[in-house]
Amino acid sequence: MSESSAAVAPTPAGPRHGLRIVGTWAIATAVVVPVMIWVVGPHIPPGSMSQQARDQHDVNVALAALAMPVLLMIWVYFGYAVRNFRAEGDAIVDGPPITGNARIQATWLIVTSVMVLGLAVFGTIDLLSTGGSGGGEGPAPLAKPADAASALQIQVIGQQWAWTFRYPGYGGVETNELALPVGREVEFHVTSLDVAHSFWAYELAVKADAIPGSDNVAYVKALRTGSFQVRCAELCGLWHGHMNTTGSVLTDAGFSSWIANEQKENAAVTKDLPPYSHVYYPVPLRNA
Amino acid sequence: MRVRGVAVAATFSGLVALVVLYIVFFLTSAPAALSAVVTNGTARLTLQTVASYGHPPFPDWVSYLARDSTGHWRHTTIFKVPAHTLVKVTVYEYDSATGLRNNFLAKVQGTKGGVEFLNGKALSTVNPDSAAHTFTVPDLNLNVPLPGVDANAKNQCSVAPCNVSEAHNTITFSFVSPGPGSYRWQCFVPCALGFLYGNGGPMQTIGYMDGLIEVS
Repeated sequence: MSESSAAVAPTPAGPRHGLRIVGTWAIATAVVVPVMIWVVGPHIPPGSMSQQARDQHDVNVALAALAMPVLLMIWVYFGYAVRNFRAEGDAIVDGPPITGNARIQATWLIVTSVMVLGLAVFGTIDLLSTGGSGGGEGPAPLAKPADAASALQIQVIGQQWAWTFRYPGYGGVETNELALPVGREVEFHVTSLDVAHSFWAYELAVKADAIPGSDNVAYVKALRTGSFQVRCAELCGLWHGHMNTTGSVLTDAGFSSWIANEQKENAAVTKDLPPYSHVYYPVPLRNA
Repeated sequence: MRVRGVAVAATFSGLVALVVLYIVFFLTSAPAALSAVVTNGTARLTLQTVASYGHPPFPDWVSYLARDSTGHWRHTTIFKVPAHTLVKVTVYEYDSATGLRNNFLAKVQGTKGGVEFLNGKALSTVNPDSAAHTFTVPDLNLNVPLPGVDANAKNQCSVAPCNVSEAHNTITFSFVSPGPGSYRWQCFVPCALGFLYGNGGPMQTIGYMDGLIEVS
């Protein structure tokens, strides 16, 4: 141990600061972490409307629980230092410099490395095992859910400033309402006709950038019926804040009825739509 | 030392004043609202679209105008209508076609009967390439595409306000206003000449191709 470290080591007659700090931290952690998991946890977004939302919720709770001990250590040490290591007397002088404590350095490096690498592995496994966890994966998704082959395809089209939705499995009908059936895998294909937007179905935990000329795929499986908010999460101009709508998760029968009605209502305009494509380069896409 | 302090304070005060002026200008630059003419329980809005406004500060910007109760054309896109009332809208369309970027918006939606009347003829959809502008209120699911005049038509209007003796289409439609609130409306045709994707300038400025319907 260096000379400077020895200078702050407890004397037989002095208080054992390290033990006090660790003890206080351990008690606080034992109290706060269960509160975070079982009291605060259920209220952490985005909820449980879809498999992806449930997964994101669980990850958020796990990360919050893991972060609490680190936060508490900082707060406990800070509070303890303020209370016990306050300089006294008229003269304000620096404390003795502390250098070269190999044990503390090794502990710090090992703990932080294990945490960061562990979370990286955890996150990667989680992304791959949940079909991308609701995030946009680009045109060739690496993480696909097991039932991706039978997924319902819905195209999300952004433009300044509205969302529309095409259903290629139903004659390519386009609507300004988003509805999907409960319990079925859905494959969103997100694109834009002008500038960059971002499709954010909040309660479904789906978020995918809408980029002109790009097909961004995201998967979701809704677990219960109800409504969800759709917003634009990319600042896109004057009415960006108004670029929202409400989507619906319907029963199988409800969805069949709804899509049949949409096909009927929009038959006249569907024939004027361009053939279904993952991206569009509509005219006029130019300096008008 | 004192001189330096005064200089710093003066510079800081000047910058704060500029920021305040900018904010005040931004907040007060919206055009004045125009009330619909209400007779016998029906509100009437009369609008026109022009290819170029023709006056400062942006004479070459495409724009909407609205006619007030005295018959004068006002450069505004903020309209006041009463709640839960039939609103009859007449649009004199003086611009030529640009075409829709999303053909889905060629469908008339949210109007009484699901139709608009183009020079007296009822239509539920229009040719997407013929649209010069749209009058769309997304929150009301209201969308009315406005077919443009022939690009080669004689006697085209060049400066607002345009006159019915000049080449134009007359589009009429009606809808029932919702409950009180402020509802944005916009044109969905990328009609801003000279701007990237045709969506800058007038397409991003209240008073030209965007506005509000204030329902009270």
